[in-house]
Amino acid sequence: MKYLDEYRDKEKTELLIEQIEKKVTRPWSLMEICGGQTHSIMKSGLDQLLPPEINLIHGPGCPVCVTPLELIDKAISLASMPEIIFCSYGDMLRVPGSVGNLFSVRAAGGDVRIIYSPLDALRIAKNNPEKEVIFFGIGFETTAPANAMAVFQAKTQGVENFSILVSHVTVPPAIRAILESPEVNVDGFLAAGHVCAVMGYWEYEPIAKKYQTPIVVTGFEPVDLARGILNCIQLLEEGKIGVENAYPRYVQQQGNLEAQKLIKSVFEICDRKWRGIGNIPMSGYRLNEDYEKFDAERKFSGIQEIQTNESSVCISGEILQGIKKPDECSEFGSRCTPEFPIGATMVSDEGACAAYFRYGRMKLSRTNF
Amino acid sequence: MANKLNLENWVCPLPLKNYPTVVMGHGSGGKMMNDLIQHLFLPAYNNKSLNQMGDSAVLNLSGLGEGAGRLAFSTDSFVVSPLFFPGGNIRELAVHGTVNDLAMVGAKPLFLSVGYILEEGLPMETLGKITESLANACELAGVQMVTGDTKVVHKGQGDGIYINTSGIGLIPGNIDIGPTLAKVGDAVIVNGTMGDHGMAVLSVREGFEFESVIESDTAALNGLVDTILEVTKDVHCLRDATRGGMVAALNEIANSSNIGIEFDEDLVPVNPAVHSACEFLGLDPFYVANEGKMIVIVPEEQAGSVIEVMRQHPLGKNAVQIGRIVEDHPKMVLAKTGIGGMRIVDWPTGELLPRIC
Repeated sequence: MKYLDEYRDKEKTELLIEQIEKKVTRPWSLMEICGGQTHSIMKSGLDQLLPPEINLIHGPGCPVCVTPLELIDKAISLASMPEIIFCSYGDMLRVPGSVGNLFSVRAAGGDVRIIYSPLDALRIAKNNPEKEVIFFGIGFETTAPANAMAVFQAKTQGVENFSILVSHVTVPPAIRAILESPEVNVDGFLAAGHVCAVMGYWEYEPIAKKYQTPIVVTGFEPVDLARGILNCIQLLEEGKIGVENAYPRYVQQQGNLEAQKLIKSVFEICDRKWRGIGNIPMSGYRLNEDYEKFDAERKFSGIQEIQTNESSVCISGEILQGIKKPDECSEFGSRCTPEFPIGATMVSDEGACAAYFRYGRMKLSRTNF
Repeated sequence: MANKLNLENWVCPLPLKNYPTVVMGHGSGGKMMNDLIQHLFLPAYNNKSLNQMGDSAVLNLSGLGEGAGRLAFSTDSFVVSPLFFPGGNIRELAVHGTVNDLAMVGAKPLFLSVGYILEEGLPMETLGKITESLANACELAGVQMVTGDTKVVHKGQGDGIYINTSGIGLIPGNIDIGPTLAKVGDAVIVNGTMGDHGMAVLSVREGFEFESVIESDTAALNGLVDTILEVTKDVHCLRDATRGGMVAALNEIANSSNIGIEFDEDLVPVNPAVHSACEFLGLDPFYVANEGKMIVIVPEEQAGSVIEVMRQHPLGKNAVQIGRIVEDHPKMVLAKTGIGGMRIVDWPTGELLPRIC
């Protein structure tokens, strides 16, 4: 497959790893921000091929993982209402709330639908005027433009029975929170390439400077990841600080200006609670005044106060901040598995726990074919 | 087949044409149900055992299969939506599913039963088309539909049509194939591209407009199994890679035989359109369903001749060895990744869920 196979190429990856090996002189801890990157690292086995000096720490960039429990519970109670069609990206359905998940709502007769684009939810709303259609609008800056577009179109077209349950989070405040945490020890960041495709990387330049930590915009395929790691190691070894773009085929410094404009016109910045981490100031988006009638939380205000119960044994917060690795959890692989996840990091494929469980829960032995 | 229905211009024979849709009476056990049997099912499936119309089919096994000492018996239910998809439809699946289950133990499939659960309001024409190609699929697979049952449920209590088929086949005396019989050192072979059926169904169900049509691979595999058994009787396991895809089939074998499996992910054939669609949706083709693909496990020294003969069969053109059975990590399946790492290839968890980004 064009634009993909060449970035999964064995020889290119090996060449980059050789260069990393030549360059590295001491241990470095790098955090890949995005769960998609964690998934790719584990799935390709890239972590096994890197020199032992490089410690990859898995960051908080899994939207499924960081969506707060309160919001999952709200989604579950909304989806259970008979007049509602609840639309969501597929991997949100299995995320455990305090009681049950969206699959169990569907099994009990709730109309819960998996969609691939928020515009599909808008279409469902237009086709079902007698129902209320709610879209679970989660994600980082990557999904924000499409979600904004759905709300923008709903307003333009006067679709009254459509709303979104918003839980948008943004990357730069999370990086700042991680760098300010005394427990976390990250030498450099691999920023999420798709987030930067939307937002650019100008936001990261002051962060790199203030915290004296290099940040490298990195893609998702093994060759992209190896290149991002090499760039970051070069900066660290040479004592340079700054932001580098190792994903230039998609990312420009200023980002996608049209998308940013749309986000700005529909959303406003707000404080946001991250599951497992807690409140991070100014780290999320919510619908602004002009679009508040499309905000499911305001539209169905009866569901505002829900008491939630988070598992006391789950360490997903520490995992999301890179303080611990999944296999350091006492429940990992025993009581907590992808079939019966205790915490959100075990649910989504992008969650670090699920990626560890799926691809690397045992010491792998090699056999040559 | 006598009284063959014309699929292109299918017109309900009298007196069915008075009922353009299925109504509750068609499952009542009375005249209307009898009409359905006499005018639709009997002409379509036409065979001696069925035509006797007993409460059970009486089957004559003498002279069927050399030295056959054991009976294989399997059942499968089909609830696929939509009923029609590129490359196939529910009726073909209904025959292929059961025929393949029988073939996977080395049995020669002989007789099937069919149970229909029809939803009131199903167009009679749809039922006609489905019945006719069920019959065609039987003929192609060399099996007879010898008994059946029909029930009608109220509108809203079914999804158009549900079909169950059960089948029996005879296992020749010198054949011993089963999921517990994989041995360390055996070769793991597949007969072709993975994930075609699941992506074909998904592409129509979700209304994706992919540039190229992905066709289901639905096919009866008993013919291909026969050609393999002509080369060697020393086949250890066969497994059709249906729901859960190739990965579920490999994990089942690893568990049942208490061995490890290692394969090279670059060696597994995947149709480029399926690959693209899976990348687009965040799915892994190794986990996506097939309906005409199987895992063949034979001693390493037999692998060459088995692959050679498979490649001469239309359903095995892309046959290839993807890996082998190993002593290490029993009950686990590992893959060598494209960049030279190793990874666990774990059981699918539940429904395939497209990833958010």
